[in-house]
Amino acid sequence: MNAGSGYTRRGFLRVLAVAGGALVVGIPARASAQQDGREDLAILGDSWTALNAFVRVEPNGHVILGARAPDMGQGTRTSLPRIIADEMDADWTQVKVIPLPLGVEDDHGTPRWLYGPQSAGGSTSIPDAWRDLRQAGAAARWLLVQAAAARTGLPPDQLRTEAGWVITPDARRLGYGELAADAGKLSLPDAGVALKSPQAYRLIGKAARGVDVPAIVTGQQKFGYDHYWGDGLIAMIVRCPYFDGELDHLDAGAALAIEGVEQVLPLPAMPAGTLLGRGPLVAGVAVLAKDTWSALKGRAALDVRWKPRSGGAAASTTALESQADRVLKGAATTLVRRNGDFAHAFRTAARRIQAQYTVPFVAHATMEPQNCLVRIDPDHAYLMAATQTPRSAFEVVRQITGLGPGQISIEMPRIGGGFGRRLDNDYVAEAVLLAKAVGKPIKLQWTREDDLGHDVYRPFGVHALAAGVDRKGQIVAWRQHLASTSKLWRRGVPAARLWTSELYPDDPPAGMVANLELAWFALDFPLPRGNWRAPGHTANAFAVQSFLDEIAHASRQDPLKLRLALLGSPRLLPYSSHGGPTLDTGRLANVLQLAAQRIGWGSRAPAGHGRGLACHFTFGGYVAHAFEVSVSDGKLAIHRAVAAADVGRVIDPNGVDAQISGGTLDALSTALNLAITVRDGTVVQQNFPDYPLARMAEMPREVEVIQVPSQSDPAGAGEMGVPSAAPALANAIFAATGVRLRRMPFKPGIARIG
Amino acid sequence: MPLPPPIPSASGIVPEPKRTGVELTVNGERYVHTGDPDMPLLWWLRDVLRLTGTKYGCGVGACGACTVLIDSKPARACLTPVLAARGRNVTTVEGLADPLGRLHPVQRAWIEEDVPQCGYCQAGQLLAAAELLARKPQPSDADIDAIPNLCRCGTYPRIRRAIRRAAAIASGETP
Repeated sequence: MNAGSGYTRRGFLRVLAVAGGALVVGIPARASAQQDGREDLAILGDSWTALNAFVRVEPNGHVILGARAPDMGQGTRTSLPRIIADEMDADWTQVKVIPLPLGVEDDHGTPRWLYGPQSAGGSTSIPDAWRDLRQAGAAARWLLVQAAAARTGLPPDQLRTEAGWVITPDARRLGYGELAADAGKLSLPDAGVALKSPQAYRLIGKAARGVDVPAIVTGQQKFGYDHYWGDGLIAMIVRCPYFDGELDHLDAGAALAIEGVEQVLPLPAMPAGTLLGRGPLVAGVAVLAKDTWSALKGRAALDVRWKPRSGGAAASTTALESQADRVLKGAATTLVRRNGDFAHAFRTAARRIQAQYTVPFVAHATMEPQNCLVRIDPDHAYLMAATQTPRSAFEVVRQITGLGPGQISIEMPRIGGGFGRRLDNDYVAEAVLLAKAVGKPIKLQWTREDDLGHDVYRPFGVHALAAGVDRKGQIVAWRQHLASTSKLWRRGVPAARLWTSELYPDDPPAGMVANLELAWFALDFPLPRGNWRAPGHTANAFAVQSFLDEIAHASRQDPLKLRLALLGSPRLLPYSSHGGPTLDTGRLANVLQLAAQRIGWGSRAPAGHGRGLACHFTFGGYVAHAFEVSVSDGKLAIHRAVAAADVGRVIDPNGVDAQISGGTLDALSTALNLAITVRDGTVVQQNFPDYPLARMAEMPREVEVIQVPSQSDPAGAGEMGVPSAAPALANAIFAATGVRLRRMPFKPGIARIG
Repeated sequence: MPLPPPIPSASGIVPEPKRTGVELTVNGERYVHTGDPDMPLLWWLRDVLRLTGTKYGCGVGACGACTVLIDSKPARACLTPVLAARGRNVTTVEGLADPLGRLHPVQRAWIEEDVPQCGYCQAGQLLAAAELLARKPQPSDADIDAIPNLCRCGTYPRIRRAIRRAAAIASGETP
């Protein structure tokens, strides 16, 4: 047993040999080991359940790979290990994937993160893995080749690797398993090791099946909701329905009389301005019981009343719409971008077009409601947390318990959907507060009503657009005024920066129109807001891509040609928001043309059918949608759905297909059906009957996904499939019916079409 | 009804009295539920039997994540009291494979089409599909459209493909 002490260039990986002759490439188990060069190997354990590393090669040839990012359906438990497996030339059929817990240890009182980025948000898991995880695979391969060289007496550069074997020039094969023990005694060179050239990829770019799917279809896969503490209590919370309201009256007698109910515990609201994780907590009353049914009965039996804060019961989304109209007539809160002289160019344009688009609040409605298991021992906290941001959950635990970085363990189960909801850890904070107060392990379970009533909603916004077109049909003036409830409100962001989540200053057509003005107008509303898949892009793409269509029709131009003319010749434009530093107009034009071609743009559509297009740049990925639809008797039929995607190098085409197709359906379901409204200071919608996600019958039977081959670094694919779908649908409905839908959700507008 | 006192056996071991409760069969195993007979089947399966493949999604019978088969008919476990399943055969996703562990055609098809994204709704989708195929071995698109289960990730196109593939597997068209 021996431990090497080499690092790759990033100072990130080490060889951690363990008993039993396995090769382990990962992270030093103790920060102190960096100084004295020794490892406490016991902490690694002797089985794969204590993997604590990205790569482990067993003497029997099995390869165990760690997946560091939570998988909520975006496929990271499959795609991240495949990046490592390809780089090390592992045999995928011999690979076992183990989800990694949050990798953290105590470095003199501050947390030291062991596995690099572990959050799942902003479509960053793949780009992050591309930057650092390939090193883990390359390091393992390098070590195995060195061990084979020592054993055969051949120089390393004469050896090649393939599917778990090192192969000599005379075709002798040495299995990774038989080399593992020797490889584990070597050190990595300080200069790092070379990565594969793309021509040598065997897994990257090839379709893979999800590693958890066999467990899912047999009911064996555990999500957060499916875990139990042996001696724990089920916790459910009735929350104050008024924003910033508080408990007025509580009589827990009837609830406590129910068999199985053990405790009833009020949870006071956090004082305004207090952040636990990212957001404030609402006031609630928790019922703790031996099982869910007792907790539900106890919850129903609570005699509880709430009082709104002063004036809080008056909040309504109807009033918010009037506020937006009023605010848009006044002065902007922030001038986001100005090029040239919009006012003059607009006044003197040959044709002037104006339109206003309304985007409602929407909820995430993850299929698995929020939940968290917490056990707090005197010197250690254990969490099973269905979160997209385990580090932020870790900070919540620290803040509430005062425990040190080495005293907090967080595992992330498979998660039943995220869509940005689980970037916030309010439910983790509730669970930790309860476990601390009760002194027993608890499992907090939200109901669907809790979820729809206490989400962090996608912001509401009214987009007022104006454009001037010259005699040649060129757009010479463009103005977007957006009045919205900023996502960043109450998140510790100064007022002067609240616009940054609402308008992206370099989104097209910025940089393409000479006289342009983007301005943001703050709306005041007490509903909590948060990140909803491709956050601000869903609203902005809807407004911008719908308006471009309106300009095309008003100036008698083809919507495809107008967009292509606007994008112009292929070039890189600066892009300062997430997904930059540049936007390639050629790649955007390319996906648009591919989608148009596939839908049959320019050919005659069947009678009564209409086709619509849209494209958008989201977080480094380029996607265009095209739909063919018809409307009869107020009912929409989507006959064809096409999405063309350029998301850089594709790791798993099957995964990209799933994400783009799923993103398209998510966008359609939301644009057609969904809105969260507020009346009398509370959220109106309670459950799926009044928050009707689309069912199978409403959705296209197929989404034709075109993937553009690319050598660019991968951009991820989780969010890019959403933004351009809603405007392409609205544009198709206009083409079919002549009716322009400027307000989401579309369903009521479609119903009015005869 | 008061029970007679237990009869001490020759060995001195007192046999446990016969338990009263709701008798039902789950995935071929017989159980007696002695708790609240109104407890929804969903929470009994999950919290008591720890058969967690059946999921909670809404509690009002709207999403289908808790779909199980009771005597081969689809039911919403969240709205079905255990009492209502007395004497019946309940099949959950854990019992969809045959007793030898051979996967049901829908399970095979779901793997081959790689249907799940997050996977949370899929147990309900599988049972709904299995029931559809038992009723209609060659379902039309309209038959598939009639499946009301919600999927938040948008796997509907793959569910449709997998149902077609399962139909082919079941009819022997696919080995």
